[in-house]
Amino acid sequence: MTYRLVVNGEPAEVGVPGMRRLLDVLREDLGLTGTKEGCGEGECGACTVLVDGEVVVSCLVPVCQVDGSVVRTVEGLAVAGGSALAPLQAAFLEAGGAQCGICTPGMLMAADAFLAAGAEPTDDAIRGAIAGNLCRCTGYTKIVDAIRLAAERRQAGAGAA
Amino acid sequence: MHVEPPVGSPRSLEEAYGLLASAPHRPLAGGTDMLVQLTGELGPAPERVLDLWRLDELRGIRVEGGALEVGALTTHAQIRRSEACAAHAPTLVAAVATIGAAQIQNRGTIGGNVMNASPAGDTLPVLLALDAVLVAGGPRGERSIPAVGFWPAYRSTALAPDELLLRVRIPIVDGRRQAFRKVGTRRAQAISKVVLAAAWRRDPAWRDVRIAFGSVAATPIRATAAEAALEGAPPTAASIDRAVAALLAELRPIDDVRSTAAYRLEVSGRILRRLLEDAS
Repeated sequence: MTYRLVVNGEPAEVGVPGMRRLLDVLREDLGLTGTKEGCGEGECGACTVLVDGEVVVSCLVPVCQVDGSVVRTVEGLAVAGGSALAPLQAAFLEAGGAQCGICTPGMLMAADAFLAAGAEPTDDAIRGAIAGNLCRCTGYTKIVDAIRLAAERRQAGAGAA
Repeated sequence: MHVEPPVGSPRSLEEAYGLLASAPHRPLAGGTDMLVQLTGELGPAPERVLDLWRLDELRGIRVEGGALEVGALTTHAQIRRSEACAAHAPTLVAAVATIGAAQIQNRGTIGGNVMNASPAGDTLPVLLALDAVLVAGGPRGERSIPAVGFWPAYRSTALAPDELLLRVRIPIVDGRRQAFRKVGTRRAQAISKVVLAAAWRRDPAWRDVRIAFGSVAATPIRATAAEAALEGAPPTAASIDRAVAALLAELRPIDDVRSTAAYRLEVSGRILRRLLEDAS
C-alpha cells in the first residue's frame, strides 16, 4: 500500500505494509533518525511525535492510521531552514535539560505540544505534560526548568508583539 | 523487527462486517495494546488485522434515551474533555485519566479497553459499577450485552468473532453517587495493582450498591458479598465493617509481576473502607 503523509511540512509518500510502525517509517523509510526507540511498548515516550498536533508514541501507531495526517518530529523544530535552534531547543541547552539525550527528542515534542496549547507553565502543568516521557538521568528538574524558560520567553514575546 | 500482518482498512461498518465474515481478523482500534503484541514477545501475532480507525460512525459522546452513549472509537482524551461524561460518569473520566499519559490517551479508546479484556483494564470496573451495556453489531444486527456478563473468562469477551463493539451505554440514574480508586506504582504510566469503582444511592440507607474491582481476579468482577452487606443498611461504621469483612472473604487475588495476593487483598479492603467512610 502507498501511504501519504506530511512530515515537518514536506509531503512524503511511502509504499510499506500498513501495520509498519510510524517509528520505523520515520527512521527506516524516511531516514529521520532524530526520533528514538526506547522501550518499544509505549511506556517511555522516547519516540513521541505529533500527529495532527497531538502527542503520540510512534512505536504504537501503525502507518495505516496516519494516512493523510500531518506529522511533526524533532527534525521539524529548528527554524531558519534548519540552521538555527528553536527557542525551546535553545532553552534545553541553556537550562541543561539533557544528559544522555535518548529521551530528549520525545521530551522536546511533548514540550512543543505543551507550548502550543498555551497553558500556564506551572510546575504541575509542565510535569503533567511530560508525565509520559521517562528520563533516567536528569531527575527532571532541569527539563522542567527548560520548558518553563521557553514558555516564559514565548509569553514575553507574545506580550511584546 | 516487528511482525507486520496484512491489514484491511474499511471505510464503513458494512465493509468491516464483510471483511470479518470473509476471514478471521483481529479488530484494531487505537493500537496501544495491539502494537505491543506485534513485538512477537507476547505470543503469536494476529494473522490479519482489521483497522477500524476510519470508521467515524463509531466516534462521539451523546446523551440519548436516558443514557450516556460513548462510541467505541472515542479516545480517552475525548472522554477527559467531555462535559457529558463529567456530568454523568465522573468515574469514567477519572479512570481514563489514569491510563498511560497523554500519548496513550490520544490514541487509546474505550472500545479498545473493553475488547482487550485485560483484568487490569481501568475502565472495566467503572462499566460494571455503572450498570453499563455494551452494544455490539454484526451481520445479524445489533445486540446489547450487560457489562456484568461481558467478560466471562480471562481475556475473553461475549462477542462472536464476526461482531464488533459499537458503543457503550451508561444509564443515567437520579441520585446515583460514584467513586473511583486506582493503586499503581506511580500516578502516570502505571498499570493497576488494584482498581475499584463503586456506585450507590443513599436514602439515607445504602441503596443500589455496586462495588467492582479490577486486577484482583482473572476478569474484572463485582464484589457481590460486599454489596449485599451494605444494601439497605444504615451508613454506619458497623455496616462498613461488615462490607469490608465480606470483601476480604470473597476476593481471591493472585501473585503476579505487578503485585502480590497479600498486598492486593490488604489494599482492596483499605480503599473500600476509605471510599465508604467518605461516602457516609
